[in-house]
Amino acid sequence: MTLLDDFLARAVLAGSGAALAAAPLGCMAIWRRMAFFSDATAHAALLGVALAIAVDVPVALGILAAALAMAVLTAALSERARSADTILAVLAHSGLAIGLLAVATLPGRSIDLHAFLFGDLLAVSRADVGVVWLGAAAVLAALAWRWQALLTTTLDPDLAAAAGYDPRRERLILSVTLAIVVAVAIKVVGALLIAALLVIPAAAARPFADTPERMVGIAALLGQAATLGGLTLSWRFDLPAGPAIVAVAAAAFALSALRR
Amino acid sequence: MSALIEADGLGVSLGGQSVLRDVSLSVAPGEIVTVVGPNGSGKSTLVRCLIGGLPAGTGAVRRAVGLRLGYVPQRLAVAATLPMTVARFLSLPRRASRADVATALERTGADGLQRRQMDDLSGGQRQRVALARALLNQPDLLVLDEPTTGLDQPGAADFYRLIERLRDDTGCAVLMVSHDLHVVMAASDRVICLNGHVCCEGRPAQVAEAPAYRALFGTGTGGALALYRHEHDHAHHDHDHGTAA
Repeated sequence: MTLLDDFLARAVLAGSGAALAAAPLGCMAIWRRMAFFSDATAHAALLGVALAIAVDVPVALGILAAALAMAVLTAALSERARSADTILAVLAHSGLAIGLLAVATLPGRSIDLHAFLFGDLLAVSRADVGVVWLGAAAVLAALAWRWQALLTTTLDPDLAAAAGYDPRRERLILSVTLAIVVAVAIKVVGALLIAALLVIPAAAARPFADTPERMVGIAALLGQAATLGGLTLSWRFDLPAGPAIVAVAAAAFALSALRR
Repeated sequence: MSALIEADGLGVSLGGQSVLRDVSLSVAPGEIVTVVGPNGSGKSTLVRCLIGGLPAGTGAVRRAVGLRLGYVPQRLAVAATLPMTVARFLSLPRRASRADVATALERTGADGLQRRQMDDLSGGQRQRVALARALLNQPDLLVLDEPTTGLDQPGAADFYRLIERLRDDTGCAVLMVSHDLHVVMAASDRVICLNGHVCCEGRPAQVAEAPAYRALFGTGTGGALALYRHEHDHAHHDHDHGTAA
């Protein structure tokens, strides 16, 4: 096996792991109208990178902590406020701005900002692939465990409460799993396009699905196809991998919209 | 007979405004209780407290140990982005077998709808499907929040008849909320008149005569609570409820 094959194989593995975890969460994001919620959480990751380097802890840990804090904060605020959309938009974009400032103040410009913003899929290490699949497995397991309760809460929080579930707890599960997906997917598509990796395959799957589970399954397949297609484009035409993956997913969405 | 569910001096404030004050009520096994009140009287807030969707501000809500509760929300808004067949909906949150789903739909007059999408249903179909879902839990108590909203008069009368038949078949108690002041089930064992607090309560005919009820709802339809009267087509019925004034 040549070196080339090897890094491509790593990229395919990391990309498909992230896309797989993104499928059920992306569907949840669409059903619950939380596209901005995923944006805010992803943008906070940049602040996590800066903080991790400043206090000298592993970057992945910093991303996870910052994304988790943002996810819990936005979930709590959007529950309370009437203009949730506005607040989430403010948080999403100011989170990005503050993250960029924090990275700029790091001594010696010690990180590759471009890689965190747009991903660096062709440079993932063996360890990165392991982290992606570990995170993906944790996300899928947590969502499978809470799936019935999450769906009920999504339909109607009072329906879930009457069945003895606590809708706040289910929201917390979503926040935690979203933070994990952000930490995992930042290497793949970058902080700016994580929300796209979540939402676009799920939106493209909608016209073909008659149950929530089928929509997740189709979104997962489309995510895999987008990863492979995007990596192929990236390799053939020397394009950045993350944006190529999202562009292929967007093309799939455009085709699915014609079906409607 | 001990109560299935009980509110004791319940008070709730939302956004600094008092919505419910000192509300006490209870539902006994097998009983049909209807709560009527004008818009903004706190009916939906009361329902949310009873099912556990909203904490009590003051006072308490007590549920019988192991109470099986079936809840039918006022208006189930299924997002257009969420694909959901009727059969899949009936399996939430507990998985139900195909046979159980078919039986539940049959009992509420919604048979054959399994493969339809939830957001394609008419208002009446949706109510019957929501009721079928609640029945799958084999409830001791059915809680219905304005179940006849959006139904025409014959549709509402049909729905009330269905509720009564289900109560007779299963023995479950029913707590129903309604703003539909002119059509309240004659089958109600008790009517509770709510306007932030309990104004009056009693058998339907008694409430219709109560000064507090008349003060609250005025003298529409001749000042009387027009009771829905069903046909006594079953010989074994032994109801002795009041009739329309």
